[in-house]
Amino acid sequence: MHALSLRQLSKTYRNGVQALKGIDLDVEAGDFFALLGPNGAGKTTAIGIVSSLVTKTSGKAFVFGRDIDTELEAAKACLGVVPQEINFNQFEKVSTILLNQAGFYGIRRGIAKARVEQWLKELQLWDRRDSVSRTLSGGMKRRLMIARALIHEPRLLILDEPTAGVDIEIRRSMWEFLRRINAEGTTIILTTHYLEEAETLCRNIAIIDDGRIIEHGRMANVLRKLHTEVFVLNTREALDATPQLPGYAVRLTDEHTLEVEVNKEQNLNDIFAALTYRGIEVLSMRNKSNRLEELFMRLVEGHDSGEPPARPAADA
Amino acid sequence: MNRATEAAVRLPREAAGARRWVGFNTIIIREFSRMIRIWGQTLVPPAITATLYFLIFGSLIGRRIGDMGGVSYMQYIAPGLIMMSVITNSYGNVVSSFFGAKFGRHIEELLVSPLPNWLIVLGYVLGGVLRGLLVGVVVTVIALFFTRLHVVHWFSVMGAVLLTALVFSLGGFVNAIFAKNFDQVSFVPAFILTPLTYLGGVFYSIAMLPDWAQHLSRANPILYMVNAFRYGFLGHSDVSVAFAFLVMLAAVAVLFAGCVWLLDRGTGIRD
Repeated sequence: MHALSLRQLSKTYRNGVQALKGIDLDVEAGDFFALLGPNGAGKTTAIGIVSSLVTKTSGKAFVFGRDIDTELEAAKACLGVVPQEINFNQFEKVSTILLNQAGFYGIRRGIAKARVEQWLKELQLWDRRDSVSRTLSGGMKRRLMIARALIHEPRLLILDEPTAGVDIEIRRSMWEFLRRINAEGTTIILTTHYLEEAETLCRNIAIIDDGRIIEHGRMANVLRKLHTEVFVLNTREALDATPQLPGYAVRLTDEHTLEVEVNKEQNLNDIFAALTYRGIEVLSMRNKSNRLEELFMRLVEGHDSGEPPARPAADA
Repeated sequence: MNRATEAAVRLPREAAGARRWVGFNTIIIREFSRMIRIWGQTLVPPAITATLYFLIFGSLIGRRIGDMGGVSYMQYIAPGLIMMSVITNSYGNVVSSFFGAKFGRHIEELLVSPLPNWLIVLGYVLGGVLRGLLVGVVVTVIALFFTRLHVVHWFSVMGAVLLTALVFSLGGFVNAIFAKNFDQVSFVPAFILTPLTYLGGVFYSIAMLPDWAQHLSRANPILYMVNAFRYGFLGHSDVSVAFAFLVMLAAVAVLFAGCVWLLDRGTGIRD
């Protein structure tokens, strides 16, 4: 069953901006799905339409088979949304925000109180339950929005940039938390600018640019489309010229750093053998950029330059 | 985790009613808590204003005016002053609460929830009615320090105050939907509501006015509300009480339908 289905979904704002140009998208129940795209690509508009915060121009959206045009209440009951911007009442207490949200979903006070305790403890906010929300740190505010989105135990959780501005320790603990609730059955759709986050967490991916889906499929299959990777090698000795490695594009960026472009058919052993033969000792090696980031940039740049977008992966 | 949710999603129709009831109560409780939390802004100022009105207009100036409509001037203006505080507070509560939720974006908490829009409107409006009535009670208690109030028609008193609070709560909701900034929140109360209230027979009977001014006053809906309420205390009115109730009921119906339509369209909220 699809947790989310979008069919020819379009949105044109009053100022004439076409944020979505008829997108089709399916997210399977139980999936951990990444929706990526540059700023202004249409991600937040798509999420806004699904969560009733933006009025669509045309097309259809279904949440667990419920049409948002005809079964809106049932569709909303399945959905939890963590928006990009802080959108809780900053003058209310942490526990009050969650109790109110539970109430809006029809959860009685007694049950709501137990769930507030459960989620605040899960997200390490229990000690701050009586704090006025504006006094929380940025990371705590993000976690509060996640707790709020989970208070009615939705089947589909949509997170719009949940870890933006959050320090690495909290980000890692949030990843663990999201992995766990996904393993327990909650479908998760994630938009993020941290492509490492998407690559680490998500099984399926869609890349949206200029209001169109330009890539959609399994993360592994999408990444296989990346034909070349650039490795950065740090050398022990200073180099005064770029060493020639037959079959490889090599660039000397400074006297201790080489960048080598390696395609799928080549292997790293040959590079090390060639460098050793020339008496160059390599101290460390890393990817120049995250693989997904590399693919993302190529797809988006290709799309912007008018080249045809990559074909969707076979098992999309 | 999701067993409970699946059960919730597949709730029978009658359970949807119970879910809505909980949601509706939550809005009311939240509005009431807000009103109590900021009591220094919601309850104290109208009490001080009313005390000053009774002291200056009722006690000091009123003595020189003498009787009006067969009763002392203080007794005459007391129902009008109660009504004035109900009007300004029910309107002010909804416009500030809903616009504040829009401005702070926490209105999205309600918009993403499964509560239908008509229930969201009703929740906010009854929050405004609650404040209007609470302030009305406070001003009535203050009035009793200055004069005696004798209720002749309970139905008229209760019906008029309830419908008036509803009308102006709905009016505040419309204002909040269209307002794009805090200036636009205060524009209507300052330039429309206050003049209409002062010219709506709070301090005088329209019988004292020349013919043209009486005709003009009859176009002011607040005149009907104040007179229907005053009728409950004094037993006489400048206008037909039945017509006054008809005006109020029609206003409530039209404004409520309008508010739900605006929220359904997403005016001032979406896009």
